[in-house]
Amino acid sequence: MTAKPASGASAGGRAGMKKELPERFKAYKHVWVFVELERGVVHPVSWELLGEGRKLADKLGVQLAAAVLGGPGEATKHAVSEAFAYGADVVYAAASPVLEAYRNESYTRCMTELVNTYKPEILLLGATTLGRDLAGSVATTLLTGLTADSTGLEVDADGSLAATRPTFGGSLLCTIYTLNFRPQMATVRPRVFSLPERQEGRSGPVIEHNFSMLEDDIVTKILQFIPDRDSNKTNLAYADVVVAGGLGLGGAENYQLVKDLANALGAEWGGSRPLVQRGWIPADRQIGQTGKTIRPKLYIAAGISGAIQHRVGVEGADLILAINTDKNAPIFDFAHVGIVTDAVRLLPALAKAFRQRISPSTRTRMAV
Amino acid sequence: MHIVVCIKQVPDSAQIRVHPVTNTIMRQGVPTIINPYDLFALEAALRLRDLHGGKITVLTMGPPMAEESLRRALSFGPDRAVLLTDRSFAGSDTLATSYALSETIRKIGEVFGPVDIVFTGKQTIDGDTAQVGPGIAKRLNLNQLTYVAGVKALDLKGGSITVERRAEGGVQVLSTKLPCLITMLEGTNEIRRGSIEVAINAARAEVVTWSAAAAGIADTAKCGLKGSPTVVKRVFAPKPRSEKAFQIDLSGLGPDAIAETAMAEIFKRLPSLEKELTQELQR
Repeated sequence: MTAKPASGASAGGRAGMKKELPERFKAYKHVWVFVELERGVVHPVSWELLGEGRKLADKLGVQLAAAVLGGPGEATKHAVSEAFAYGADVVYAAASPVLEAYRNESYTRCMTELVNTYKPEILLLGATTLGRDLAGSVATTLLTGLTADSTGLEVDADGSLAATRPTFGGSLLCTIYTLNFRPQMATVRPRVFSLPERQEGRSGPVIEHNFSMLEDDIVTKILQFIPDRDSNKTNLAYADVVVAGGLGLGGAENYQLVKDLANALGAEWGGSRPLVQRGWIPADRQIGQTGKTIRPKLYIAAGISGAIQHRVGVEGADLILAINTDKNAPIFDFAHVGIVTDAVRLLPALAKAFRQRISPSTRTRMAV
Repeated sequence: MHIVVCIKQVPDSAQIRVHPVTNTIMRQGVPTIINPYDLFALEAALRLRDLHGGKITVLTMGPPMAEESLRRALSFGPDRAVLLTDRSFAGSDTLATSYALSETIRKIGEVFGPVDIVFTGKQTIDGDTAQVGPGIAKRLNLNQLTYVAGVKALDLKGGSITVERRAEGGVQVLSTKLPCLITMLEGTNEIRRGSIEVAINAARAEVVTWSAAAAGIADTAKCGLKGSPTVVKRVFAPKPRSEKAFQIDLSGLGPDAIAETAMAEIFKRLPSLEKELTQELQR
């Protein structure tokens, strides 16, 4: 009950607990991914999870299934066929007017029905606002374990799901099991896993679930949906190039240097958690375990020390360039290229160098 | 109107140190704070009381020392504080925690009057799961409103509430019936400064302290380790990459020369990037 993280206990507390799966759970089989369909669009995290779910299912020798919930229209049908293209062997589909837009009541009821009827051993959901709202309700209804924001999923020798996530404010990692309850549930943040290759022409059986809930059964009503203005929307998680700053920049006024370099590269900008806490950058620009997970081709970290909670958010990058005055900073343990210098001096020089090399205007001039 | 605000005492994450050899958390001397996300929930509750009257009860589950956090919470102005503390809660995961808290909220309703709204923060900074709020809602059959950016309207007579909820790609305006549970988004308000009078009263106030039995928790098999379906098998530090970062040699170079070298290194390692960047910028 002390300052312990997540769904976990103190390190040694439960280590001795044995796997003794009750009889009623022995029929639970197959790996499921909840497909997050909202306003006609599937969140890419669902396909990322199908990619990772494929590996788990193959290891267990079971099927990979997608659960697609949505309205009665074309979008749901399209999501079903896309689920096959991204690796599902079978799709459980529920189409109903009460599933058109996400609401906790209808989605929790429907997912609970599906799980109780078809009994998956593993259920994965995206750790989005929708997925986290739903996962907590479903796990509580089913009285099973749920690991939030997993950064690694493995299957153990005995077939148990081992979900790894940062703990203690992101200073260590822990591996969490749900040994004696089913399904074993986990959420994973967008971009933790890469998008699997889309395979055209794959298909399989669709099991339609007749969901009988009516609008009158639902207390919560959606009065309005106000889409984010595009100008405010950050595409951090899916950007090819990201430049980020940390406390090593020395002061809020120096953050502009990060934006300038991002601008020169046509990149997205972000920062570490302390910058958000100090109000230098908005919360949706935070990179790391409690912010955005990114997988860019190039990630430039300026003045970021590289705590674990930051590391797990950027490790998927193809190339990490770190700039830090402290040669012992942990970021140099996982960056590919390091420069031990003051980012405040180097950032403007980098912006200038990239502008000269890749800016279209320079190119045109050179071509003339 | 009666509002319950759930808070948690957490270690100040900026101060956590890991023992370099044993990889265990060094708790000694780490200051504790109220989970920062919970303060947005508390302020949202205080604003509703400003407008509609009523009482606010703050609730925490934790070791006896969590009383400090309750006292601190009282200094912002809620009416009473309840500390739920019992050895049988040790090792609770989110499912067991939501059980203990929901049973206690039930008891609070019996003792101090029916509860209309339960507030929690979006998540805690030590667990970061965002699971306990939905868990409480489900167990008490409260209408669940997560990631709430603001309460737009509250109609106590009609028993309804309208909120703005942060969803993927936009904001949902949701209306539901009371009683409900709201998890409050960060940055949506700023906790007030309590008056001196409130602070003095807070220091003198009696914190209601309940054991599991006093809170009416009948089934302690659902609490603590026994009641937790998840098992933490391993806590560890991540492996460093086998090779350290390739360090660019800076000897005698000024910023411009370092930048050129760094850029050349980037394009050497990502050969297709230069063309992509140029095309991207031309669009």
